[in-house]
Amino acid sequence: MRLPDWPGHVAGQHVDVRLTAPDGYTAQRSYSIASAPSEPEVDLVVERLDDGEVSPYLTDELRSGDLLEVRGPIGGFFVWPEHSDTSVQLVAGGSGVVPFVAMLAHHRTTGSSVPVGLMYSVRTPADVIGPDELQPRPGVGVVLTYTREAPGDWSGLRGRIDQEKLAQHVVPPDQGPAIMICGSTPFVEAVSRDLLALGHAADRIKTERYGGMGEGS
Amino acid sequence: MSFVSRGFEGRRRSGPPGRLPPGQHDVGDDFPVLSAGPVPYTKQDDWDFSIQGQVDGVQRWTWDEFRQLPREPITVDIHCVTSWSKFDTRWEGVSVDTLLDNVETAAEYVLAFSDGGYTTNLPLADVLDNQAWIVDTYDGEPLAAEHGGPARLLVPHLYFWKSAKWVRGLTLNLFDEPGFWENFGYHNYGDPWKEQRYAGD
Amino acid sequence: MNTGDSIEARRLDGNVLGGPLADLFAVDVTMAAVTCAHCGRVTPLAAHQVYADAPALVVRCPGCTDVVMRCASDQRGVRFEMSGVRMLVIAKQAEESG
Repeated sequence: MRLPDWPGHVAGQHVDVRLTAPDGYTAQRSYSIASAPSEPEVDLVVERLDDGEVSPYLTDELRSGDLLEVRGPIGGFFVWPEHSDTSVQLVAGGSGVVPFVAMLAHHRTTGSSVPVGLMYSVRTPADVIGPDELQPRPGVGVVLTYTREAPGDWSGLRGRIDQEKLAQHVVPPDQGPAIMICGSTPFVEAVSRDLLALGHAADRIKTERYGGMGEGS
Repeated sequence: MSFVSRGFEGRRRSGPPGRLPPGQHDVGDDFPVLSAGPVPYTKQDDWDFSIQGQVDGVQRWTWDEFRQLPREPITVDIHCVTSWSKFDTRWEGVSVDTLLDNVETAAEYVLAFSDGGYTTNLPLADVLDNQAWIVDTYDGEPLAAEHGGPARLLVPHLYFWKSAKWVRGLTLNLFDEPGFWENFGYHNYGDPWKEQRYAGD
Repeated sequence: MNTGDSIEARRLDGNVLGGPLADLFAVDVTMAAVTCAHCGRVTPLAAHQVYADAPALVVRCPGCTDVVMRCASDQRGVRFEMSGVRMLVIAKQAEESG
């Protein structure tokens, strides 16, 4: 989207999208910004929920040239820690990867020296969001795990993110990584519990929950 | 003129003639689950229902005792303040008239209270005379926890926020005490036919 | 948590309050440290539990799950109560240059 008077955003922020029906009825949802702050246009990635009220409109009905009511950028909590003195660990379930795509793009375009790792749980190869940003490069580790169907030649992780996978692929607690988890509420709760069980400190973990059953359903 | 999103209708459908209160739409086969908090998941063994407040003695029924009470099927239309209505919903339960049968009180108001802390207030007169039930069965099945099971209050002539999910009892009061939503700008009485959604309507 | 529980699946967190509360607060209140009036726990607002079903946003303490604040906005305006907040602290944000 090209948003007039857009002040720019910080990677991890979201916008609120509001739809208004002719009778005045409104429905509003929050969507994380997928694009890097350096991009002129603001990109959102919308997962279509079959029983959703807003997402089916955005994915099925909205056409180029339509007007959309958008508020933002919003959020100072779940944002890229620009001056982190520890590595950053991102854990994403399904569409929860969207703010992390923005963060990785920002990391790349600013030449950031903060070591960052992403662990990303996704159903099938067709569901991978932002694949261009997930390519290997120095200082950035990306670990994918497929929960339903992996590519034919896949020798990597399969199945949900669990304590064992986290223990193997997340920097240990004594290095105090800044951890950010994003996805459905069941996903975020399960991963938080596992990380706490592994010894990571609660105040090093930030979370952002999306509505919906998400990964694992 | 205010903004309208081209092609966005929400989910609006009108219902059977004469049965849809103003501003409502027919939600059809769907039964929305809306909640202000987590599902309590109270086990039947831990459940009881009590009548307390302006009474000579607290009356209490365990789940087994509740299930022994005279019960009846109820088929009613329900209307949620968020604008959906559902027609001919089928429930089974115990009339509040039965529960208040032996109760003598000077109270004119009730405050229904639930697991999880939810409350809602009504005039005592609105839960008597075949207007209210404690229901534990919906559509022939035990009431699902998400929909208020093991048991919820059912007061179909008022907006559905008065039909407290996870209900555990009624407190009979001399003075009207606003409940969870009544305390937050919603109408104290809530008649859908007068569109009493917000305080001051 | 019951995996079939659609209420829990739809639960969000305080990050979604940034937009609605921007009408009331001049600063990003999701970063505020909130002291729960019921249990005394201090948690960033962004980490609180938010039940976003109509008719209002209901914000609960992640420790004791009691209601900390409620917010509703519609055609009439905004209604907001924070009777479950004993104290709210917003740290001064350092000025960034450039």
